[in-house]
Amino acid sequence: MLRKNTYNEFVKILSKPRSFLGIGALTLLILLIIFAMKADGKSIISFVTASFEQTLSFNGHILNGYLIAFIILQMLIVHVPLLVALVTGDLISGEATMGTIRMLATKPISRTKIVLSKFIAGAIYTLILILWMGFLAVIVSQWIFGTGDLIVLNSDGLTILQEQDILWRFGAGFLVAYLALLTVSSLSICLSAFAENSIGPIVATMAIIILFTIIGTLDVSIFDTIKPYLFTTHMASWRSFFENPVDMGAIMESVVILVVHNILLVALAIWKFNRKDITS
Amino acid sequence: MSNTIIKVQHLSKRFGTFQAVKDVSFEVNKGDVFGFLGPNGAGKSTTIRCLLSLIKADAGSLELFGKNLSTDRNEILRQTGSIIEKPDFYKYMSARKNLEVFARISGADVDASDIQNMLEFVGLGDRGPHKVGGFSHGMKQRLGIAQTLLHNPELIILDEPTTGLDPQGIIEVRNLILKLKNEQHKTILLSSHQLSEIELIANRMVIINKGVSIVEGEVAELLNSTELMVSYEVENANDLVNYLTNAKPALHFQVISDRIVEIALNKNEVPALTEELIHACIQIHAIEPKRKLEDYFMKIIAS
Repeated sequence: MLRKNTYNEFVKILSKPRSFLGIGALTLLILLIIFAMKADGKSIISFVTASFEQTLSFNGHILNGYLIAFIILQMLIVHVPLLVALVTGDLISGEATMGTIRMLATKPISRTKIVLSKFIAGAIYTLILILWMGFLAVIVSQWIFGTGDLIVLNSDGLTILQEQDILWRFGAGFLVAYLALLTVSSLSICLSAFAENSIGPIVATMAIIILFTIIGTLDVSIFDTIKPYLFTTHMASWRSFFENPVDMGAIMESVVILVVHNILLVALAIWKFNRKDITS
Repeated sequence: MSNTIIKVQHLSKRFGTFQAVKDVSFEVNKGDVFGFLGPNGAGKSTTIRCLLSLIKADAGSLELFGKNLSTDRNEILRQTGSIIEKPDFYKYMSARKNLEVFARISGADVDASDIQNMLEFVGLGDRGPHKVGGFSHGMKQRLGIAQTLLHNPELIILDEPTTGLDPQGIIEVRNLILKLKNEQHKTILLSSHQLSEIELIANRMVIINKGVSIVEGEVAELLNSTELMVSYEVENANDLVNYLTNAKPALHFQVISDRIVEIALNKNEVPALTEELIHACIQIHAIEPKRKLEDYFMKIIAS
């Protein structure tokens, strides 16, 4: 029954125009970045490298597909949570708004399985979103700009990664980014179990992300103890794969915190939905 | 096997400080079309939602098909179809796709031809590919009935299935219910504000008020158990009024027009009174029992 309802949930997601709105917006944004880099990429790159040119000489194919993919990932990973929340935020509350929750909850399927199937369908949608983003960012950028070594500007200076040492980093980076987006999906589904309207959980998800991000960036000592446990702190962990050497310890810590967040949020959603009187 | 399909005992449910259902008990037997009556706010919808596990009861027991709802929920719901108030569908999906979605989790093997047959059964045969968003309330109601019947349930629970329908829609839904009763021998629990509808199609009923069940039984027996208003159409109402005032001072009556008088009588008093009136040379043109479920309902609620 879980498999059948997951299929149902995915059919519902694919039937909603807003699901394609997210993918369309993502495509447009990536193509816009690629177009901008194609048109004026060299001057943007030279603007960044200018501060190092007194001590370093840059030769070769710097403006390549890998750099474009890195820029895209860096720029969009902040905005993709909105696209995820837009679809997953009303998976439960949207049913309450439409009234279909009554029909769904009177079928011979447990409420736990209803929530789990929504979570799995949301996870599949998020995966499709990030795979599409990966395809456009890595494959299409490579096709247009070609390949080359990747120069990454980190907080402790420039890191130069060899061409043959990059692709796995993107693979692993997208995987960790996916886990971060999955946490956003779980959060919005969880909030959706508490709400009776569609828009509330979407807005609340974004408000929580913004609030946690602000707490994470504020240099206030009382927040220092909670910062490591906020999921937003670990949303940019994918970037660690583009350091040399890769700090696997920090990445694993982020993965564990994100996985724990997912488990707790889904458990909370199941608990709430099971206790809920459906009066709408 | 027991003949009882639904057994509700001392059900109660409170929302905060509001006691929605205090003490509701009734039984629905196999093959019944069971009328579930009560004024607004009586607790009908809350009881039905408890029966379908949408709401958790605070106390009391709910048994369907001889099984406890709290322990055998899925097995019970597999044999149950329902419409709660108005049926709502995914309006961005077609009628057929909606039925596919609900059929997939209804616990029965339903294929495309079953769905088409069901759409035709409810008169939506050519509407399958159309999005539900463009459907009228009546069409949604019929699609709701299709969704209810798709997995061939033994018990059908309909909560106010004719609310918001035009007269034609009400007749269509009533005929569908009669079809289910007569052709498919389904057990139907029908909550409705349309008392005439219950009178026409239900064989048993319960009346609840303020969260308490007041009376339960066979519709015909309950209606016959009380006085009914008998309408006498006579040549001159004054003659009848004079006769009743002098010869039958204990009888209650009401003058409706200069030819019609309604008299409160027990059913078995009608022949004797009619004979007396004929002997008193009062010309009777017609006698019509005015007993209605509405009257009975109002009397029960008022008491």
